Amino acid sequence: MVGGAKTDGTMTIKHQILERIRRAVPDYSSMRESQYEAITRNYRQSGDLDESGRIELFTDRLRDYGAKVYRCAPWELRSVIGEILSERRKRGLVIARDLPEDWLPEGFEFVRDKGLTYGEIDASEGVLTGCALAIAMTGTIVLYHSGGEGRRALTLIPDYHLCVVYTSQIVETVPEGIRALAPYSVAPLTTISGPSATADIEMTRIQGVHGPRTLDIILVKA
Amino acid sequence: MSVRVGEAAGAPKFPKAAKELIKNAQLRRNVRHATDVIRNKRARVVAEMPDWEELRESARQIKAHTLRHLDFYLQEFEQACVRAGGQVHWAKDADQANEIIVGLLHAHEAREVIKVKTMTSDEIGLNAALELAGITPHETDLADLIIQLGEDKPSHIVVPALHRNKSEIRQIFRKKMNLPDLGDRPEDLTNAARQYLREKFLRVKAAITGANFAIAETGSVCVVESEGNGRMCISLPDVLIALVGIEKIIPRFQDLEVFLQLLPRSATGERMNPYNSIWTGIAEGDGPREFHVVLLDNGRTNVLADPESRETLACIRCGACLNVCPVYRQTGGHAYGSVYAGPIGAILTPQLQSMRHSQSLPYASSLCGACYEVCPVKINIPEILLHLRGKVVERGDAPILERLEMKAAAFALSDEGHLELAQKAGRIGQIPFQRDGVIRSLPGILSGWSAVRDLKPIPAQSFREWWAARKQTER
Repeated sequence: MVGGAKTDGTMTIKHQILERIRRAVPDYSSMRESQYEAITRNYRQSGDLDESGRIELFTDRLRDYGAKVYRCAPWELRSVIGEILSERRKRGLVIARDLPEDWLPEGFEFVRDKGLTYGEIDASEGVLTGCALAIAMTGTIVLYHSGGEGRRALTLIPDYHLCVVYTSQIVETVPEGIRALAPYSVAPLTTISGPSATADIEMTRIQGVHGPRTLDIILVKA
Repeated sequence: MSVRVGEAAGAPKFPKAAKELIKNAQLRRNVRHATDVIRNKRARVVAEMPDWEELRESARQIKAHTLRHLDFYLQEFEQACVRAGGQVHWAKDADQANEIIVGLLHAHEAREVIKVKTMTSDEIGLNAALELAGITPHETDLADLIIQLGEDKPSHIVVPALHRNKSEIRQIFRKKMNLPDLGDRPEDLTNAARQYLREKFLRVKAAITGANFAIAETGSVCVVESEGNGRMCISLPDVLIALVGIEKIIPRFQDLEVFLQLLPRSATGERMNPYNSIWTGIAEGDGPREFHVVLLDNGRTNVLADPESRETLACIRCGACLNVCPVYRQTGGHAYGSVYAGPIGAILTPQLQSMRHSQSLPYASSLCGACYEVCPVKINIPEILLHLRGKVVERGDAPILERLEMKAAAFALSDEGHLELAQKAGRIGQIPFQRDGVIRSLPGILSGWSAVRDLKPIPAQSFREWWAARKQTER
C-alpha cells in the first residue's frame, strides 16, 4: 500500500462505494456547476468599517481572547519588539529563515530556523513572526507558513508567540479573509484566534494547553 | 457489508439505559451544568450575527448540493489530494478502515500513534483494533485523554468528558499519571495533561486525525480545534493518517467562509475557535513526509439512499442539538449506547446500522423541535425522527405497544365513525384509573408510559361531539 501503489482490491472498493452513491441519488451530473452557482449566499460577504474601525474591532476581539495588543508606527517596530521582550524577560527568540533583519533589536539572541530540531525549538523562549492576514470580526491571525512565519512547528512548540500584523492586512469579515487566502489555498494554513485554550473541564476556559500559552500582537500602522 | 457504530449494536435499549443513568445525580448535575454553560455562550455569539439565518440556509444548500453530487466531489478530492502528494484509500466499513490504518502503521513499524479527537475513529472502534495489533494509541484531546485514562466512553460529540467533574478527573490523572499531589483546579489538571503529552508529541512518529472538512477543489483537509493538540499531531510526525467520512466533503475552498462561521459559534460558543489547520497533501520541508486519507462509507451510502432522511449526512458535528435537548440533558450521552448521542445520534446511529439495531433511539425524543432550531445546517431532526419511527413500525420491529397503537390509530383515523367509537370506549375504559380528575397510572403495557406522566383524562365531551352539538343548536 505504501508508496502510492494501489492494489486491485482497493480500486474495487472505491468503485463499489461510488456505485452505491450513484444508485442512491438521481443523476444530476450535467447540472452540477449551474446548481453550485445557484446556491444562495445572502450572508454578509464584506464589512462596512473603515480602517480605524477594523483596528478597533480587531483589538477588542484579541483582548477578549486574552491576547495582549501593542500599537506602533513602522519606524518604531524594532524598538517596540525590544521593549516587549524586556517586559516579558526574554533573552531571545526563534525566527523564520526569512524574517526581515530590520525588525530585530540589538541585545537579544535571535536564532533563525535552518533546520532546528523539535527539541531545540522546545527549549527556546518563544517565536517572533509576521502573518498572512488578520480578520477583525473574529480576532483571527492567519499564517501561511512562508517567508516571515516559517514552518508550522516553529509557531507551535514554543510557549510564547509574538506576532506582527500590519493594519493594512486586517479585513473585517470571515468571507473577506477566506477570499483573500484563495491564492494560497494549497499552502499549509493555520488560523489563530487567541492563545490555545480548553473548556473540557467543567466548561471553564483555561488558557494555554499545548500551543503557545501567551500571545502578543503588535499592530503596525503606517 | 457489516456496518458497526461503536458498540451500539450490543448496547442496551435507550429506555433501559436511561433509567439506570437518571439515578446518577452527580452525572445529571455535571451534564446540566456543562450544557447550560455552552447554551448560554452559543446564544450570545449567535445573537450578535445579523446574518445567522442566511448562513444557515447557505450551509444547508451547500451540503445538499454536495450530497447530490457526492461521487463527483469524492473523486475530485482524491485527484487533488494525490496531485499534492497524498495517498487516498477507500473503506466500505469499519473493519476495512481499521485494516488499512493498522497496515499503514505496521509498514512503518509504529508501536505508538498520537491521535487528534475523531468521533469517526470511535465509530469504527479503531483504538481496540490498534491495541489488538500491538500499537498503543495516545488520545491527545484533553477530554479524550480523560476518557481514555478513565477507561470510560465519550458522552458528547464536542466535549466527550462533560459528564466528569474536576474531582473525578483529578482521581483519574492522579492514578494514571502517577501524580499523587495533583491539585483539582482546572489549571492544575490542564497543566498535568500538557506535561504528560508534550513528550509524546515530540517523540511519536505517526498520527491519526479526523477531518471537519475535506475540500474537493483543492484536496485539502481542515481540522478545527482549541488546544493545539491537533496542530501538534498534524504537523510534527513523519506519517499522518486522516480518517474521513465520505460526507465530510465540501466542494470549494471558499465554502469554508460559511462553515468556519457556523461551527465555532454553534459548538463552543466562540466567535472563532483558537486554531484551524488546513493542509494539502505534503508540504516540502514542513510537516509529515507521508500523508494518507482513508475515505469511509460505513453505512453512509445507506443514509444517502433515503431521500426523506438524507440530510442527516449534512451534520457538521457541532453538538448544539445535544446541549438544548431536554432528553439528553436528563440522561447524558451514555444512554444512547452509541458514540453519537443526543438528537443527531438518535437519527444517525439507527440509519448507519440500517435499522437493524438501536431501534429504540428514534423514540428517545419528545419532538420538541429545539434541535432543529439550533442546527447550523438546518437538519429537520424531529421530522426525520418521525420518519424513522415509521420505518421501525413498518419493519415490524417496533415495541409491541407502538405497533398496537399504530394499528389502533390507523383503524380509528380511517373512518370518523371509528374515531368516535374509540373516544367513547376510551372514556369508559379510563374510569377506574382516574383520581381527582387525573390519570396517574395505567395497567399492563401502558404502565411504563404513565409512570412518568400525569394525564388529563379524555374529556366528557370530545371536540367532535362539541362541534356536532354546536352546529345543531345554531340551526
